Amino acid sequence: MYMKQLIKGGRVIDPLNGIDGVKDILIEGKVISQVADQIAVTDQVNVINAEGKIITPGLIDMHVHLREPGLEYKETIYSGTRAAAAGGFTAVASMPNTRPVADNKAVVRFIIEQAARDGAVKVYPIGSITKGSQGEELAEIADLKEAGVVALSDDGNPVVNSEIMRRALEYAQMFNLTVIDHCEDPNLSAEGFMHEGYISTLLGLRGIPAAAEEVMVARDIILAELTESPVHIAHISTVGAVNMVREAKKRGLPVTAEATPHHFTLTDEAVIGYDTATKVSPPLRSEADKEAVLQGLKDGTIDVIATDHAPHAREEKEVEYAYAPNGMVGLETVVPLVVSQLISKGVLSWTDAVVKLSVNPAKILNIPGGTLSVGAAADLTIIDPEKEAVVDPKKFYSLGRNTPFKGWKLRGWPIYTIVNGQIVMKDGKIIE
Amino acid sequence: MYQRKDLLGLKELTADEISLILDTAVPMKEIIQRDIKKVPTLRGKSMVTLFYEPSTRTKTSFEMAGKYLSADTSSLTVSASSVVKGESLIDTGRTIEVMGTNVIVIRHQAAGAPHLLAKNVKARVINAGDGMHEHPTQGLLDLFTMREKKGDLGNLTVAILGDIMHSRVARSNIWGLTKFGAKVHVVGPSTLIPKEIKQMGVKVFHSVEEAVKNVDVINVLRVQRERQKKGLIPSLKEYAKVFGLDKKRASLAKPDALIMHPGPMNRGVEIMPDVYECEQSVVDEQVTNGVAVRMAVLYLLMGGKGVYEATN
Repeated sequence: MYMKQLIKGGRVIDPLNGIDGVKDILIEGKVISQVADQIAVTDQVNVINAEGKIITPGLIDMHVHLREPGLEYKETIYSGTRAAAAGGFTAVASMPNTRPVADNKAVVRFIIEQAARDGAVKVYPIGSITKGSQGEELAEIADLKEAGVVALSDDGNPVVNSEIMRRALEYAQMFNLTVIDHCEDPNLSAEGFMHEGYISTLLGLRGIPAAAEEVMVARDIILAELTESPVHIAHISTVGAVNMVREAKKRGLPVTAEATPHHFTLTDEAVIGYDTATKVSPPLRSEADKEAVLQGLKDGTIDVIATDHAPHAREEKEVEYAYAPNGMVGLETVVPLVVSQLISKGVLSWTDAVVKLSVNPAKILNIPGGTLSVGAAADLTIIDPEKEAVVDPKKFYSLGRNTPFKGWKLRGWPIYTIVNGQIVMKDGKIIE
Repeated sequence: MYQRKDLLGLKELTADEISLILDTAVPMKEIIQRDIKKVPTLRGKSMVTLFYEPSTRTKTSFEMAGKYLSADTSSLTVSASSVVKGESLIDTGRTIEVMGTNVIVIRHQAAGAPHLLAKNVKARVINAGDGMHEHPTQGLLDLFTMREKKGDLGNLTVAILGDIMHSRVARSNIWGLTKFGAKVHVVGPSTLIPKEIKQMGVKVFHSVEEAVKNVDVINVLRVQRERQKKGLIPSLKEYAKVFGLDKKRASLAKPDALIMHPGPMNRGVEIMPDVYECEQSVVDEQVTNGVAVRMAVLYLLMGGKGVYEATN
């Protein structure tokens, strides 16, 4: 391995430094040592020709289910971080709904240590808000912080009890931790399998109304105002929810939001045919909801693009729609979906996309990254905006093959993932 | 000729395909009325009924239909609990298939289960009711009954009364009727009619009196006790009072209007005794027609070319 790497002639997108232009980047050891219009090639430098390519700060997915410990048949830290690297990510934040739940120091330490042993990219654990993510008693948040969590969430479950949510927000603030909420009123969504609308009516699948999400988004905004504590709305998916977050931001409330690639790409029409790869929580919504998510991304209401990568075993998904678990994998398809659905269609500029895939996740989680500043860790992603390929789940590094994008021809794929100066992915292949 | 591998729903069928099935059911009905109700048409073919939900009439109806046509029939009843713990639907379907089965008739509480099965077996699959989605052979037998009694379906106005939301019978009826240009009214409590049902081409009512006025057919659906627990209706008593079909309400329809019910009936809840016992009630005939329609479907799926000639 070379100690120095020179990335030459690529279009560098570094929003925090106001850069969008052709530059060379020199990496020495683990850090970025120089960014300039021209850097001379010397001996002992590995040159990466990046002409026509996009160079971004390492992408960060702040919503990923790595499944380890306890659910290793779905995904492991080994496989999940390789899926991340293949997808262009240099860091992921892992959700705490493992077995046992990451509601205590031991599990969090295990994840950090296992990631150090097995991980291809950086792993930042998210701790549980409440014990067992049951929504009843606060987890030992000081302990979790000490163990290394970067945020709190009961993801998969909402925090139904508003009093507990209020106290969680107040308490988390002392530790500078953002609370990430999976917004869903379980009474309103009770036993639903897909978005409530015309498609659910004709498929005979019980529906989950948009209101199930919106009621909780409204509550969380109200509690963010009451507690003056930051709240992050996970996987926002409805017109009403996007409107409320927009309004909250106008009023200066500490509310942020993320959207997934499936919610900005697909609608409930994808469920026709009962493909369980389309079963996800929150469900794929209506065309109007999808448009609202796109508008929210465009106008800045939605801060982050996160995948909610949720791998499941084949036998769990090859069942009747009603019995399949929620979730789809996302790490290995998000970049081409962002390029094809957002950048090519003029919804986002490259700079906007990098802000949502790197800068803002780093900011919300209060972790390093999101920049190509000299002296920063050399975490970078190189994207070939012209590369076309068909999504083939058989080639995924993730153990999960549950994607609704199988067979889609997409343009704009990551071709290098560099973590701490090391090339961990080249042309879609993991470098061990 | 019926070109599809399976019969999963009426939504995807054309009016011509539905007509072919109904036309084929006419000679089948004649067979049922013979002294010796047996023709050799499907000799050497086999059919398995795979029921994950209890059923009295549909299962028996399919089995009788198969036997009248000389197919070999077997049945597999699976309790819902073994679904979660035990063998997957795909594996069960494959097991049945490799025994040499030509047709699998499936009833399942989960919408889309027949579609999953159909994708994974080469045997032909007939949906005998999947969750709240469709019950195509019930839809067909209802259409057959209406056509037999009233002629051209396109001239009819049909009121479907009851729990539309949870009813696969309602959905199959709506798809079938609207394809022929019939006017469809749906009526029931606002908690049991999804808002979006309008997009299926029906008119929504919450007053039985208004909905049944001058219609040619009233098709009454079963209302289930569980709806009360879910907060969808206050009580069966109140349901009967506001939505039950009694003589007075039924009399607002055309004088010769048909009264239909897919069964099993909750007597005194959605339909009153004096209505289902009246002359216009065709509830029993629906059951007979069910066998005829299922014979037609089995015949067409197992290689029958065009309308059956009832000569042999």
